[in-house]
Amino acid sequence: MRDVLAAFILLNAVVLIVTYLTYVERKFAARMQSRIGPYRVGRPHGWLQPIADAIKLVIKEDIIPALADRPVYNLAPIVFLIPSLLIFATIPFAPGLGLADLNIGLLFFLAVSSLEIVGLFMGGWGSNNKYALLSAMRGVNQIISYEVPFVLTALIPVLLAGSLQLSAIVEAQRGLWFVAYPVLGQLAFIAFVIATIASENRVPFDILEAESELVAGFRVEYSGMKFALIQLAEYTHMFGVSCLGALLFLGGWLGPGSAHPVVGAAWFLLKALFIFLLVTWVRWSFVRIRVDQILGLSWKVLLPATLILLMATGFWVALRSGHVA
Amino acid sequence: MSGVVFFLVAILAVASALGLVLRRNPIHGALFLVVNLGCVAVMYLLLGAEFLALAQVIIYAGAIMVLFVFAIMVLIPGKEETGPDPLRLQRLLALPLGALLLVEIALILQSSVFTAAPHPGVQPGYAAGAGGIQSVGRLLLRDYLLPFEVTSVLLLAALVGVLALAKRKAG
Repeated sequence: MRDVLAAFILLNAVVLIVTYLTYVERKFAARMQSRIGPYRVGRPHGWLQPIADAIKLVIKEDIIPALADRPVYNLAPIVFLIPSLLIFATIPFAPGLGLADLNIGLLFFLAVSSLEIVGLFMGGWGSNNKYALLSAMRGVNQIISYEVPFVLTALIPVLLAGSLQLSAIVEAQRGLWFVAYPVLGQLAFIAFVIATIASENRVPFDILEAESELVAGFRVEYSGMKFALIQLAEYTHMFGVSCLGALLFLGGWLGPGSAHPVVGAAWFLLKALFIFLLVTWVRWSFVRIRVDQILGLSWKVLLPATLILLMATGFWVALRSGHVA
Repeated sequence: MSGVVFFLVAILAVASALGLVLRRNPIHGALFLVVNLGCVAVMYLLLGAEFLALAQVIIYAGAIMVLFVFAIMVLIPGKEETGPDPLRLQRLLALPLGALLLVEIALILQSSVFTAAPHPGVQPGYAAGAGGIQSVGRLLLRDYLLPFEVTSVLLLAALVGVLALAKRKAG
């Protein structure tokens, strides 16, 4: 019973945070483009805008295309959303503040977030729309390509910490955050951010919703609440991956006064927000690149680079523990 | 509790396997396969083999994606072939061969494979401590290092072979 309550609170907190992440992103993007962003709904600075957006989406008409594959079309937003929410089951927000600190937490994260593509594909297929289907095919291509470097970069902190448990990885960074390890840490962090941007399908890797070619990609036929669920799933996944980055490279909840759970959680959320804003910064600074460039970057640059990094980390860990004569 | 979960998951697994076989639409079939593989992962979890369960999800999520793409590109869903069935012989053979497989499974279950003592590298309750990952790692990279490496070379050879075949067709 206690677990059910904790899960209820966590899910609602995550959804609330994610709703306001859209607001943060819009304000951030507006500043980068010398605009003000949402300002009218709620004083000061339009802080009620995300709530207004949500209400608008709920009361909109739900349209199902006549020729859609109805069960697949209707299930897709849910299948898309559930993995993004499940991610948060293993994330430790502060020492002892998390639902289930599994000893293979990172593996759970990778396994669950890899299921998201099923929902994306169902949406693209079920809509019975050429643009949506093309988008789903591009999504599959891209995720197959970037899953590998993403996992390889996530394994570097695992090697350094010697554990797959997310809280143990954070504790191993007590002296020095993994991002601060000379050369190795910075390169791994850069590779992680690139792979993150690609796995979140954001500019410059957003070919699957390239609005100038595919209108809105796999979600082009969705409206109302289903559209809202898809948007929510995307931002939740983005927030989840930002949290993972904060845990793996930026020392999670570690910081001055982090012995107190609330201070620790605040540090953790700040670090996750930093990664989110880093990705947003890239989004509003670059242009979309072509499909072949995206795939080439993954297989010809990122994959060899992360493999070499992983091997270098392995040698370093072996040297440190004295296994290499 | 875990008994109830097992029966629910087992029913779901069988139902989704039936759905996979009986649906004509290949995309629906692939989606049933997702459900089926998920059920198998849950069964691994119930047995305490967390690593195996999650590896199952990671590996088959990738495999399913490729299956989706092939289903769309090769099978053209919605335009299934009509007319004389080219696989008639296979259909006739399916029943006796299926029965043979069932008998084989029954014989294996009867034999000593499942009652014999486990491998000395496997401690009883090995999965409980470390989600199975440490013992799996130790078995793969120490006790069974040679077969493990040979398997990866085999996979690499398959990869190179596919690339060579695809290139020749294109050129």
